[in-house]
Amino acid sequence: MAKKAPEIDEYKYGFRDKDVSIFRTERGLTRRVVEEISNMKEEPQWMLDYRLKALEHFYERPMPQWGGDLTGLDFDEIVYYVKPSEKQGRTWDEVPAEIKQTFDKLGIPEAEQKYLAGVSAQYESEVVYHSLKEDLEDLGIIFKDTDTALKENEELFKEYFGTVIPYSDNKFSALNSAVWSGGSFIYVPKGVKTNTPLQAYFRINSENMGQFERTLIVVDEGASVHYVEGCTAPVYTTNSLHSAVVEIIVKKDGYCRYTTIQNWANNVYNLVTKRAVVDANGTMEWIDGNIGSKLTMKYPAVILRGEGARGNTISIAIAGKGQVQDAGAKMHHLAPNTSSTIVSKSFSKQGGKVSYRGIVHFGRKADGARANIECDTLILDNESTSDTIPYNEILNDNISLEHEAKVSKVSEEQLFYLMSRGLTEEEATEMIVMGFIEPFTKELPMEYAVEMNRLIKFEMEGSIG
Amino acid sequence: MAGSTLEIKNLHVEIEGKEILKGVDLTIKGGEFHAIMGPNGTGKSTLASAIMGHPKYEITEGSVLLNGEDVLEMEVDERARAGLFLAMQYPSEISGVTTSDFLRSAINARREEGDEIPLMKFIKDLDKDLDYLEIDQSMATRYLNEGFSGGEKKRNEILQLMQIKPDIAILDEIDSGLDIDALKVVSKGINKMRGENFGCLIITHYQRLLNYITPDFVHVMMQGRVVKSGGPELAHRLEAEGYDWIKEELGIEDETVGQNA
Repeated sequence: MAKKAPEIDEYKYGFRDKDVSIFRTERGLTRRVVEEISNMKEEPQWMLDYRLKALEHFYERPMPQWGGDLTGLDFDEIVYYVKPSEKQGRTWDEVPAEIKQTFDKLGIPEAEQKYLAGVSAQYESEVVYHSLKEDLEDLGIIFKDTDTALKENEELFKEYFGTVIPYSDNKFSALNSAVWSGGSFIYVPKGVKTNTPLQAYFRINSENMGQFERTLIVVDEGASVHYVEGCTAPVYTTNSLHSAVVEIIVKKDGYCRYTTIQNWANNVYNLVTKRAVVDANGTMEWIDGNIGSKLTMKYPAVILRGEGARGNTISIAIAGKGQVQDAGAKMHHLAPNTSSTIVSKSFSKQGGKVSYRGIVHFGRKADGARANIECDTLILDNESTSDTIPYNEILNDNISLEHEAKVSKVSEEQLFYLMSRGLTEEEATEMIVMGFIEPFTKELPMEYAVEMNRLIKFEMEGSIG
Repeated sequence: MAGSTLEIKNLHVEIEGKEILKGVDLTIKGGEFHAIMGPNGTGKSTLASAIMGHPKYEITEGSVLLNGEDVLEMEVDERARAGLFLAMQYPSEISGVTTSDFLRSAINARREEGDEIPLMKFIKDLDKDLDYLEIDQSMATRYLNEGFSGGEKKRNEILQLMQIKPDIAILDEIDSGLDIDALKVVSKGINKMRGENFGCLIITHYQRLLNYITPDFVHVMMQGRVVKSGGPELAHRLEAEGYDWIKEELGIEDETVGQNA
């Protein structure tokens, strides 16, 4: 091999800062830990009750036996709550310098400088910096961390929290519901549209610390919003767990786009539940990029419950050495003339495994519904594997469903062509890969597209033997 | 220095154990235009691909030297950066990569890091060449060869030739599938490259292209060898009389590579 593949300890974002936390719970998940979290946050009783019910469910629920291997995950070794600093930074100046340095090292400035005023960045479990652009405030948009929203907008919060993804949905939604901390809360009032993407940056920093952020987005009738979230995590020697829950409600004629780039370190279990419900003529779009992690299991879902509702998912998954990406999408057509598209692009290299796992469901009322699924996989070498596992459930005759799945290898002819123009094999392969995921990157805001290209470049280094 | 020299000596090439080229000798110098003619199946395209280093072709004997350097020891990309270029008969489609991004990478592959072509200069040069080849500006932002018509692909190959400015270019049936207008435009592009620092090997089985590009040397290939060489008048004779007279001269019945004289 010309170059060595990036090993775990060379992981680009694998630096580690001095721990500045002021409070953390003991290891392991007990009733006392949950009570402590709720107490620290000075939460209302109903939230504590909810957390405890979820905890009971988590205990009872068996581990999933499908998808990926979860046997390396030890719930007793995880710290469930870490509070990074005494109070939440209101302005950028108040954010501790050490934390700022971490953001600098992450290279987020491109994305941040421009939108600084609108950035909500999660460091460890709490949001440390959160400032709302004035124009958003003027529009009546609520954009704050989920803990603050619970304090300041309790009625609105209570109305929607847990309605899309109940704690009983799966073992990890139960876990998240018991110990959640941080995340974003967004409410966009009726008819309000904004072109400025709302952005948050998440990052795990404490060894063995789970990250259980909880995001809730409500897009009222005729409103429109684009939320962007990017993640990178530093490397630690023991396993980390990221288990988020994202609930989205798109009302009649509303529009929501949720863009994620997740670049987890090689030892992170990334087990996320994301789901949106969409009313009549509303649109939900998941733009979902999954890089790194030890195991990712993630299937953003859209429940199309109103007539003419639309759902789109465009995702990429990249699995390298020792990594498993079990990702896909779910579309539930429950109303007439609903439509959905799924575009899944994945590639595996150096023995990585990518699987597309998806469900498209047409209910009895889904007259005239249409779905289009396109799964493309690119395999870079002979050690790597891919799998496509689509489930289609059709309870109505008057629907249309198209499914196209393609698995390809980087072709000898393409490489020869590009190399005959002077590109090295590595550059040529990188160009083919970048082209392959272009349907995804072109959907990203400019700064993120740049960052994404950099990440892919980094991922590709040493991939050519 | 007055251009580069590409020397092909006694080149033998196999595909999957079958010998296609059986000893090709040819020297191309800067400033010279050579045409290789011959019916289908005589090894012309194999010669082109083997010089560029396509992995399917195995060189069993002979040598290829560029300015005295052993080309056969080089990777495909090294050959390109050393000054070779191959305009392909069937260029690959590269989805998601725009023609202009690709071209810029190809140009920068020849330049040192930190000395990349300035964006404005690149755009200006590209616009000029697009105009010269009567190509719609939109091609720059279309994905490389994806959904291109046959004619667009050929024009794009010549666009790359003009942008990359190699020392020695091999054009593999650049005229196939072109209507007369496209043929004129493509020829115009190739002729613009003429100069003492540019040598060219044009592979074709129609004399038609040579009405627009006048070669200095014409070679005929049969059975995996160059069997006859001459000046432009040879092409004219081939057009008028076909290949039979050469076959008769050499006592060949079947000119394809499977046969031996």
